[in-house]
Parts: sequence; structure tokens; C-alpha cells
Amino acid sequence: MTETRYDRAPGDASIPADRDEGTSSDVLVYTIGLVLAVILTATSLWVANTSLLWAPGIRLGLAVLAIAQMGVHLVFFLHITTGPDNINNVLALAFGVLIVFLVVAGSLGIMADLSEMMPAELMNLHMQH
Amino acid sequence: MSVAVAIDDVHREALASKSEAGPAPKRIVVAYGFWIFLLSDIVMFSALFAGYAVLARATAGGSTGAELFNQVSVAFETACLLLSSYTCGLMSLAINSRRRGATYFWAVVTFVLGAAFLALEVREFAHMIASGATPQRSAFLSAFFTLVGCHGLHVTGGLIWLAVMMAQVAVKDFRPTVQRRLRCFSLFWHALDIIWVGLFTVVYLMGVSP
Repeated sequence: MTETRYDRAPGDASIPADRDEGTSSDVLVYTIGLVLAVILTATSLWVANTSLLWAPGIRLGLAVLAIAQMGVHLVFFLHITTGPDNINNVLALAFGVLIVFLVVAGSLGIMADLSEMMPAELMNLHMQH
Repeated sequence: MSVAVAIDDVHREALASKSEAGPAPKRIVVAYGFWIFLLSDIVMFSALFAGYAVLARATAGGSTGAELFNQVSVAFETACLLLSSYTCGLMSLAINSRRRGATYFWAVVTFVLGAAFLALEVREFAHMIASGATPQRSAFLSAFFTLVGCHGLHVTGGLIWLAVMMAQVAVKDFRPTVQRRLRCFSLFWHALDIIWVGLFTVVYLMGVSP
């Protein structure tokens, strides 16, 4: 039987090919992911509570840390890589990210525009601080 | 250098190309389909996130996030979910090598951590509702309970799924259908953790920082 190359399924740790041993390197991949995720989560908690950082930059910093952690989860837990056998998975992910970006950025942009154009007295009715 | 390239070429030709290999095995097709479902689920969550972000300041004179959220409890919830994602990964390794005992062990750990997460979340909700911060109180709270509650429902569904899968492993052993379902479960569980990262940051951390 000739060896065939298929795309890798999302979640496959390494080329599966009837591998019947959970190797220690696979455990290592998950452990690295866990350590990185814990570091990023702890950093986020610290950034949200510290007074050492420039306050207006905190939200941006938190967003960057969250996106980094999502990347860690994708690579180390879901095993989405940039390898040629992973193109389908990455393309589907890229499309999902595009839609997520459109929905979130679009909603926030439109609603910010609306509340800018809304007369102040109406605004107070709707958005009590 | 050129020798290496030549060897690489030979190696490639020895393997049948994707189109010659015929349809992909069911294992790959199922996981890819489930991956697309997960992405659509994430798109649904993005709509809830957008709703929450728009309404986060519409507290109608009621309590704000900074007054309601308990960061210690949220940190424990995050720890539970993150660890359960890790143990779920170890469980899928145990499944790959068909180790029954290890599979049951990591499944139980994953289940307990997930249940602990859920218990902490329910306690948090009960505490908020007892203090008058119900979903009817303000648009902010409606959006909060919808977003966080939807994630909680997904976790509940995941726990039921995990219990059912363990029963299937016990009855049907590691047959291919059961393995594919377990693979989908672990994808689902990891994806829930990714959504929680967004939730944790947008709702809890940005909610309490100035």
C-alpha cells in the first residue's frame, strides 16, 4: 500500500498514520501550551489591576494579550499550523476571523456613529451612566 | 543543497498527490466539518460579543461591571477551564494510544474541572441576582447574562457530551465512530476555552479596569 498524503484534520497532534503511541513530545506540546496560557492569563490579570501602566493603553494591551492567548490555544491545543497539510483548516479559520472582525467592528462602528448623532437629551434617556 | 532538494523531490513523487489519493478518510472529513461548525459557533458568539460591547455602558443607573464582578472568583473559573482544556488534550493522547484507564482518568479530571467552572459561574450568577442585578435590570445586564450564560450552556452541553462519550467507550470500546466523536468533543472543548479567553478579557478585565 502506498503512502498517501492527506490534509491534516484540526486537532491532530502530529501526522497520525496509525501511530499507536502517545509520545512524550505530544504531552510536551500540551504542557508548553498550558504554561504559555497561564503566563498570558496571569499577565492580563496583572495588567488589569496595576497602576504602573499608562491607563489609556491598558485596553489595547489586554486585547493584544487575549489575541496572543487565542493564538497559543489554536497552535498548542487545536494544532492549527501553517504547514501545507493544514491549508484547509487555516483558510476556514481565516474566513471565520474575517466574519468575526466584520460583525464586531461593524457593530461597534455603527453604534458609535449613531450615539454621536443622537441628540443629547435622547442619549441620556437611553444610556444612563 | 541541491542534493537535498533532489532527495526532497524524489520523496514527494513517491507519495501519491492529494487528487490521486481519492477522497480523504472519514476521520479527516468529520474533523474538518466539525471545525467549520465550531467557526460558525464562534461567529455566533461574536454577535453576542458585539451586543455586549455596545451595551456595556448602558447600565440604566444600576450597578456597573466594576461593582458586580469578583475577580478572584473569575480567576478560579479561568484556572478550572484552562486546566480542563489541558487534561482534555491529555485524554485525546490516551485515546490515540487506546489506553482505557488513562482515558477514563483524564475524562473524570476534565469533567470535574468543567463542573467546578460551572458551579463557580452559577454561584456568581446567583449572587448577582440576589443583589438585584437581574437580566431585566439594564441592557448591560441583559447582554452580560446572554453572553456569559450562552458560554455556560455550551459548557453544560460539553459536560453531558463527555459523560455520554465515556459511556460509549465503556460499551462500544474504541471503535472508529467512537474515536471520531471523541475527537470532535476535544475540538469543542478547546474551542470553548478560546471563547472564554475573549469573554474573560472583554467582560471581566476590561469591565473592571478604568
